[in-house]
Amino acid sequence: MSKMTDLLGWVDARLPVVKAYETHMSKYYAPKNFNFWYFFGVIAMVVLANQILTGIWLTMSYEPSADGAFASVEYIMRDVEWGWLLRYMHSTGASAFFVVIYLHMFRGLLYGSYQKPRELIWIFGMAIYLILMAEGFFGYLLPWGNMSFWGAQVIVSLAGAIPVVGEDLALWVRGDFLISGITLNRFFALHVVALPIVLIALVVLHLLALHEVGSNNPDGVDIKKHKDKDGIPLDGVAFHPFYTVHDLVGIAVFLFVFCIVVFYFPEMGGYFIEHANFEPANGLKTPEHIAPVWYYTPFYAMLRAIPDKFGGLVVMGGAIAIMFVLPWLDRSPVKSIRYKGWMSKGFIAAFAISFVILGVLGAIPATDGRTVIAQICTFVYFAFFMLMPFYSKAEKTKPVPERVTG
Amino acid sequence: MKNRLAVVVFLSLFSAVSWASSGGVALEHMEPNLADKASLQKGAKTYLNYCFGCHSTKYARYERIADDLQIPHELFMENLVFSDAKIGELMDIAMPAKSAKAWFGATPPDLTLVTRLRGVDWLYSYLKGFYQDESRPWGVNNKIFPDVGMPHVLHELQGIQVKDCGDTHGETEHEPCNNLKLIEGSGTLSAEEYDQVAFDLVNFLHYMGDPSREYRESLGVKVLIFIFIFFIFAWFLNREFWRDIH
Repeated sequence: MSKMTDLLGWVDARLPVVKAYETHMSKYYAPKNFNFWYFFGVIAMVVLANQILTGIWLTMSYEPSADGAFASVEYIMRDVEWGWLLRYMHSTGASAFFVVIYLHMFRGLLYGSYQKPRELIWIFGMAIYLILMAEGFFGYLLPWGNMSFWGAQVIVSLAGAIPVVGEDLALWVRGDFLISGITLNRFFALHVVALPIVLIALVVLHLLALHEVGSNNPDGVDIKKHKDKDGIPLDGVAFHPFYTVHDLVGIAVFLFVFCIVVFYFPEMGGYFIEHANFEPANGLKTPEHIAPVWYYTPFYAMLRAIPDKFGGLVVMGGAIAIMFVLPWLDRSPVKSIRYKGWMSKGFIAAFAISFVILGVLGAIPATDGRTVIAQICTFVYFAFFMLMPFYSKAEKTKPVPERVTG
Repeated sequence: MKNRLAVVVFLSLFSAVSWASSGGVALEHMEPNLADKASLQKGAKTYLNYCFGCHSTKYARYERIADDLQIPHELFMENLVFSDAKIGELMDIAMPAKSAKAWFGATPPDLTLVTRLRGVDWLYSYLKGFYQDESRPWGVNNKIFPDVGMPHVLHELQGIQVKDCGDTHGETEHEPCNNLKLIEGSGTLSAEEYDQVAFDLVNFLHYMGDPSREYRESLGVKVLIFIFIFFIFAWFLNREFWRDIH
């Protein structure tokens, strides 16, 4: 035996590395009929790695203080070797993360990947989404530009709408009477230490729960029902090497698009890096139009659609909270949209369209007409979830095949 | 306390004005050209001679500009740096922000990122938008930035512009007159020459906003070609592995 094999044997006798490799890679059997939608999970992992690595290197040159933050970002852009690349990879990565996660979540909706027995995977995933939104919010304050300041000011002051404890809560979050260097420092601590730890832990749980019950697929059929004499699912292929080489293709395509943005459109016309953020935070100068970064705009539009500030806060919170209970709202006997009835198809289409319209509305100034549209879309958003127990049970579904198709 | 409040109220009024973007006036388009080093050099010369007295560019360093614009260090220091600054220093100015505020009503903003904040079209139109207005402290106003606190520093080059809306005198609050006419012979440059000066200056400040841009865009092509080649290998690898499945 070679020295390497000896070493592996020595470690394996003390730590189950071979077993872990087999469980999660070489003997993890995934359905062979994954389509386009199944790339986004692994791409999210790539983006997470990108954010952590570029984030560590940015932290080496960033200065978390009200006096130094803005200048230190420009120092990174101008004086740090490859600093501009690290910064643009990180800022583009933040937006890419949400693009990928939204597509990944929509895949789950399409194919019923949240249904029994995958409820926990969905809940861990939702928790990841929630932490990610907090990461984005805290991270956006760090460049200490004027939009950073006012964005944080608006969002934190929302807490003030909560009856009785609201104002004290906002004060507690800020650590000051308005967004200040104190707020910046605590947001920095949360952004670079606390939330990444939680995020990584949740990703591990998300994957462990997935590998325990196995992956769903576009047909929503259980591949474990049909196994060969060795106990390997007939419609399954080993994750490694089959899906690792398959995912490489998807990752290459993703990186191509990602690099086009990083190298040619890092501001993305003011949607990835807002123009008003190119002047330092100034508590006396409100930007002409305060808009959150695009990935929050659907929820921001809902907030504005409700005339009452506290009511808006409840609706916005409810819009995210209701997604957590999705596994118990769907009463359909089938998983995949392919075999669901026309009502499910209609509702999911209306839901997707409403979400996109809300996203657009949240990014532009509100008018009376737009507010009405936002109200309608908010209604459709909630109807999709709240009526699901009824339409998913009542509709006529198509017969599900025994084995995966294609 | 009362004074402080008054200052806050005053400043918020001022900021409301300063954020009125272009006041609805159509901006003139300009297409920056970072490859034109001569234009960037001339822009740097205009900037350091006319703007840098009051406006800092404190996130940038002299040396980086000299290197990027291919100006030898010695030549740069002799002809473009008028203080005892060293070439590795950040381009800050000596004018105290407090006095500047007293003199102009507002501290002249740092210009390192001005093109990223307001856009090149805005800046180009602004430089061409000064006109005579005796009601203002410096005798000039700007159609892009109404009631701006800045004098027309380039007036000796451009000359004097006046509002010209023909005989109609139809200026109302809803339809302000935005036509400017140059008084012939009031400046040392022709209209075309001044346009070029404004272009070079904006071009330079466009470079200033993101100095790695030119290199970034040339590197981007190579990165994309690399990823494309990687994609081809990944695609064939994947096809080979999946040949017998399905």
